[in-house]
Amino acid sequence: MQSILAMAHLTLYESRRRRIVTAAIVCAAAFLAVYAAGLFFVHREQIREGRPFFQQQGTMQVLTIVGLFAANFLSVLFAVLLPVDTLSGEIDSGVIQTVASKPIRRADIVIGKWLGHAVIVMGYVLLLVLGVALTVRLIAGPIALQPIQAIPLMFLEIVLLMTFSIAGGTRLSTVTNGVTALGFYGIAFVGGWIEQIGGFAGSQAAKTVGIVASLISPADSIWRLASYHIQPETLRNFGAALFATSSIPTTLMVWWAAGFTVATLIFAVRSFSARQL
Amino acid sequence: MSDLVIDTRGLRKWFGPTLAVADLSLSVRAGEIFGFLGPNGAGKTTSIKMLLSLVHPDGGEGRVLGQPLGDRLARANVGFLPEHFRFHDCLTARELLRFHGRLYGLSGSALDMRIDRLLARVDLLEAADRPVRGYSKGMLQRTGLAQALLNDPQLVFLDEPTSGLDPLGRLLVRDIISELRERGTTVFLNSHLLGEVEATCDRVAFVKQGRTIHEMTLGQPVDFIDVEMRVSPLDACLLEGLRAFGSAISQSSADILRMRVESEATLPALARWLVERGTNVYGLQPRRKSLEEWFVEVMGEDQRPG
Repeated sequence: MQSILAMAHLTLYESRRRRIVTAAIVCAAAFLAVYAAGLFFVHREQIREGRPFFQQQGTMQVLTIVGLFAANFLSVLFAVLLPVDTLSGEIDSGVIQTVASKPIRRADIVIGKWLGHAVIVMGYVLLLVLGVALTVRLIAGPIALQPIQAIPLMFLEIVLLMTFSIAGGTRLSTVTNGVTALGFYGIAFVGGWIEQIGGFAGSQAAKTVGIVASLISPADSIWRLASYHIQPETLRNFGAALFATSSIPTTLMVWWAAGFTVATLIFAVRSFSARQL
Repeated sequence: MSDLVIDTRGLRKWFGPTLAVADLSLSVRAGEIFGFLGPNGAGKTTSIKMLLSLVHPDGGEGRVLGQPLGDRLARANVGFLPEHFRFHDCLTARELLRFHGRLYGLSGSALDMRIDRLLARVDLLEAADRPVRGYSKGMLQRTGLAQALLNDPQLVFLDEPTSGLDPLGRLLVRDIISELRERGTTVFLNSHLLGEVEATCDRVAFVKQGRTIHEMTLGQPVDFIDVEMRVSPLDACLLEGLRAFGSAISQSSADILRMRVESEATLPALARWLVERGTNVYGLQPRRKSLEEWFVEVMGEDQRPG
C-alpha cells in the first residue's frame, strides 16, 4: 500500500512541479472569465428589455448547460492528455527501470498513477463545474438547475477516459496513445450525435448505430445522461435539440461505463506487468 | 541461502526474431566484486534486466539472493544503477531519494538520515535541494549511485557506473565499491573500462553473443608467466637451451624472444644461464597479461569493430 501511495503522491507532486496544475487553473479561469462575460451581457440585455421571468430563467438554464458542455469538453481533453505519457514516457526514457526494480508489484505502479491522476482530473471537473455554478449564481441569481448534480456522472466519464489513456500507455508510444485515446472519445462523440439525430429523425437504425458506438466507447453517453438529469422538465423539451437528450441513455449504461473502467484498469495492470522494460 | 547470490542456468531471451541472450549461466558468490564483460550488443544489459525482473526470460532458470527470479522480497535487498540513469527530473535529489526510499518501504527520520549520509558520500549535499534537471551528467550519475545504495543492499548492480564521470568521480565510485566490499556487499559491475574492472573486481565473466564463454579470477597467482627477452645473437643452440627453462618459445622480431616459464623464481636462473653462455642480454621482462589482452583473446579478433 505504501508503494501505491508513494506513486500517487509522486504523480500529484509532479503535476504541481511541472506546472500542469497551474496551467489547468489558468485555463479554467480564462474559460470562466469568457463565460462570465457572455452570461453577464446576455442577462443585462434581458433585464434591460424587461423579458418575463420564465424567459430569463430559460435562457440562463440553456446558458448553464452550454457552460457545462464546454466544461465537459475541456475536462475530456484534460483527462486524455494529462496521463498520456505517464507510462509510455517513463518506459521510453528509462525512468521506469529504477522504479520497477524496487520490491513492489507492477500493479502498484499502475494503480498509484491511476489514483494520482484520478484526483487531479476529478479536481479539474470540480473546479470547472463549481466555477460555472458560481458564475451563474452570481450573475443571474438562483435558477431551477443545479450544475453540481452533474458532478458524479462527469467523474465517471472523465475517469473512464483517463483510465483508457493510462492503459494505452502500457503498450503504445506517447503520440500513438494520444491519437488513439482521442479517437476513442471521438467514437463516443460521433456515436452520441448519430443516436440523437436518429432519435429526432425517427430512424431506429441510426439510433442503434449510436448505441453500439456508445457501448464501444461509453464516455459521451454518460455526459448526455448527466446533462439530461440536471435539466428541468421545460428545458428537456426545449433544449433537447441542442444538448442531446432526445435519446436518453439508461441507468444500465452507468453500470456498463463503470464496468468498462474497471476492466480497462485491469487490462492496464496486466499489460504493464507483462511488459518488457 | 547458499553462498551464491546469483545462480543462473541457461537463461535465454528473444526479442522477436533476435536472440538477445542465448545462455546466461553465472555463479556469483556473496561478497564478490564481479565484473561482467563483453562487447556492445553482447546481451549484458538484457542479462541484468532479467536478473532484476525488468525483462522476463524465455527459458532457463535463475535465483537471486536465494530466491527465484522475480521475487519481490529478494529485490528489497538489491540496488540498481542503470546504464542510462533517468529520473523524474522535476524533483530535487533529496525528493528523488525520498521517493525511491519509500518504494523500499523506508520512511521517517531513519530514511532522512540515510539520505543525508548518502548525499554526503557522493558529494551532493550542497546541491541536494536543487531540481535534478539542472544537474551535470556526473551529478546525475552520483545521484543514481546514491539511489542504488538507499536500502543498504546485499547485492548491487552497477551498469556502467562511471560512464559520465570525470577522473575524480571515477575514484569516488572505486572508493565506494571498496567500501561495499568491506561491508560484504556483492557488486555486479558492468563496465567497458577494463582498467577499472581490473582494479576493482575479484572475478570476471566474459559474454559473447548472449553466452557466457569464460570466467576468470583476477589478482590471483597464475600457473605460468610469459617472459619477453631481447638478446643476441639468436641461434638454434640458444633456442634449444631455453627449452630447459620453459615452453611456448617464439621469436617475435630479429632479437626478441617470448617464452612461458613456471614462475618468477625461474627468471634469475634463466638470466644467469644466458650471461654465462655469452649471450648479450638487453632486456628480460615478465609480462602479466592485462585484462584488455584477455578480453581480446577471449572475444577473438572478429569482435573488433571495422
